[in-house]
Amino acid sequence: MSPQPNASDPKPNSRTEASNEERAASRGFRIRKVVDRFFQILSVLSAIIVISPLLLVFVFLLSSGGSSLTWDFLTQLPKSVGESGGGMANAIVGSCILVAVATVIGTPIGVLGGICVCEYGDARLRAAIRFTADVLNGVPSIIWGIVVYSWVVLRMKTFSGLAGGLALSFIMIPLILRTTEDVIRLVPSAYREAGLALGLRRSQVMLHIVLATARRGALTGILLAAARVAGETAPLLFTAFGNRVWAAHLQEPMAALPLQIFAYAISPYPDWHRQAWAGALVLLALVFFMSIAVRALARGKSR
Amino acid sequence: MSAFRRDRSADALPSAAETRSLADSVGIGKILDRGFGILVTAAGISVLALAALVGWELYRGAKEAIGRYGAEFLVNSHWDPVAGRFGALPFLYGTFVSSAIALLLAFPLSVATALSLTEFAPVWLRRPVLALVDLMSAVPSVVWGLWAMFEMVPWLRQTAFPFLQRVFGWLPLFQGSIYGVSLLAGALVIAMMITPIVTSLAIEILGSVPPTLREAAWALGATRWEVMRVAVLPYVRSALVGAGVLGLGRALGETMAVTMVIGNRPDILLSLFAPGYTLASVLVNEFAEATSEEHLSALFEIGLTLVVVTFVVNFLARLLIHNVPFFFAPRPLPTQPTEGNR
Repeated sequence: MSPQPNASDPKPNSRTEASNEERAASRGFRIRKVVDRFFQILSVLSAIIVISPLLLVFVFLLSSGGSSLTWDFLTQLPKSVGESGGGMANAIVGSCILVAVATVIGTPIGVLGGICVCEYGDARLRAAIRFTADVLNGVPSIIWGIVVYSWVVLRMKTFSGLAGGLALSFIMIPLILRTTEDVIRLVPSAYREAGLALGLRRSQVMLHIVLATARRGALTGILLAAARVAGETAPLLFTAFGNRVWAAHLQEPMAALPLQIFAYAISPYPDWHRQAWAGALVLLALVFFMSIAVRALARGKSR
Repeated sequence: MSAFRRDRSADALPSAAETRSLADSVGIGKILDRGFGILVTAAGISVLALAALVGWELYRGAKEAIGRYGAEFLVNSHWDPVAGRFGALPFLYGTFVSSAIALLLAFPLSVATALSLTEFAPVWLRRPVLALVDLMSAVPSVVWGLWAMFEMVPWLRQTAFPFLQRVFGWLPLFQGSIYGVSLLAGALVIAMMITPIVTSLAIEILGSVPPTLREAAWALGATRWEVMRVAVLPYVRSALVGAGVLGLGRALGETMAVTMVIGNRPDILLSLFAPGYTLASVLVNEFAEATSEEHLSALFEIGLTLVVVTFVVNFLARLLIHNVPFFFAPRPLPTQPTEGNR
């Protein structure tokens, strides 16, 4: 063994030492490459672990719910206990109605609130509104059910589709507000200045220039929020409540797909379990379709 | 002034009638403008009102319970609506333990996935995996619960839990009889539901690292992992923790899927194989059936507790995420003196 080269030694260069150093360096490099490869494999592995539950859910729903997903399931009312067959038509329609009600209530307030946070009022008010919207986005969805129950259901003395839609809209408002704010912020201020320089009023600049520019982004936010609330169960438990027949109007308890899935899942009947799986398949298809459509829309904008 | 010029200006100026109508429309425009401003501000303020509504309705409902039990509500471990005893501790325990385990499982996986999607994975793989992660966050809670109830729990009961008990049975956490539905099953479902959220947050955070940091590390000959370890991760550490805490906030409020697999038993048991209960689940199961005034009031107080807990956690998370530049901007500075010393 040759003596180890000393860093302070002014003339360490001999042939064997250099090659030793080289060998040591290449070994070090090899170890570093192995470590690098190790972490690469680890991270890719964890990515696979993370997405595998999604695939498991898919496979499960397709294999066990697919066979129950018949035309009858989509078009018939639920049958009473013991009778086999029947479907979830009222729940599918009910879900659509509830989401529509929520969107109608939530969109104007959310979008106008988003404009307010960007352009109107004083800075402190805007900061307060933004902060509050963030807080509301973190509120668990079951809380909205309870709040609307004690605010609306207790007063109307009946569970109703209206209350359900209201609970969902309360979830949508802060979501839409924040996304609208984000897209409005992306509109270059030169556009606004150009509008103002042409003598447009502030409201005209907002409606015809800023909102028109940010239209697609705002729409994306609204649809994403709608897709999100379409799958919500907890806020509907004590508001829309569910219904085994058609609801005649909005002041009656209304069926919803997630509610029906939950009720059937915790029931003891195998036939209902099968229907729950088929219902979940429909719900998942609905939600996925909406969010994929939204993403396509958003991507179209950037190109 | 010459007649010629007067003629021209008379041509250009609007007639008296036209002028008046223009003035009118300006007035109307002004009113409309003002009206729009008021409308927009009202929409903004209605968000504040919404928060006030949540606080007020929950407080109104819980007033009776707050007055009757005071602080004891949160530390009393007996929940027996029939006997009229209401203590929220089992639910607080179940909520925190299940969420903490979920976060423990989800956080490293999410950060590793984010690293893989921004640095390690082959480029052609990134987009599809990212799309799947996005889709995953769109899966409704009740669908997760349904799958967990019929597939995951039986598998846990027959395969995973017995295995865990054989290996870790000496720990009190893994003792006791196995039902399948359990605190750990709830934690697993929560983990699956928060990973996509934490992952996409982490990807966003990793994207915010200034490219110069990475480039400097590359230039020094670092491998990919070393670039991560030396340049990227230290810069975003606090923001990543913030993303984790935000995931915790989400986990605490998870409702339907947890209710379907956690077993719904209001007792504090050390074993993770034992059934548990969470704040949100007890609301799902008992709110509609609460007959007595005090039971309902106690449930409202549980709701209030849940809101306060999630608020505090989310607030902490935001503090952590938004303070990144503040905490870490001075970091590169200390390297200069050490270089000077050499």
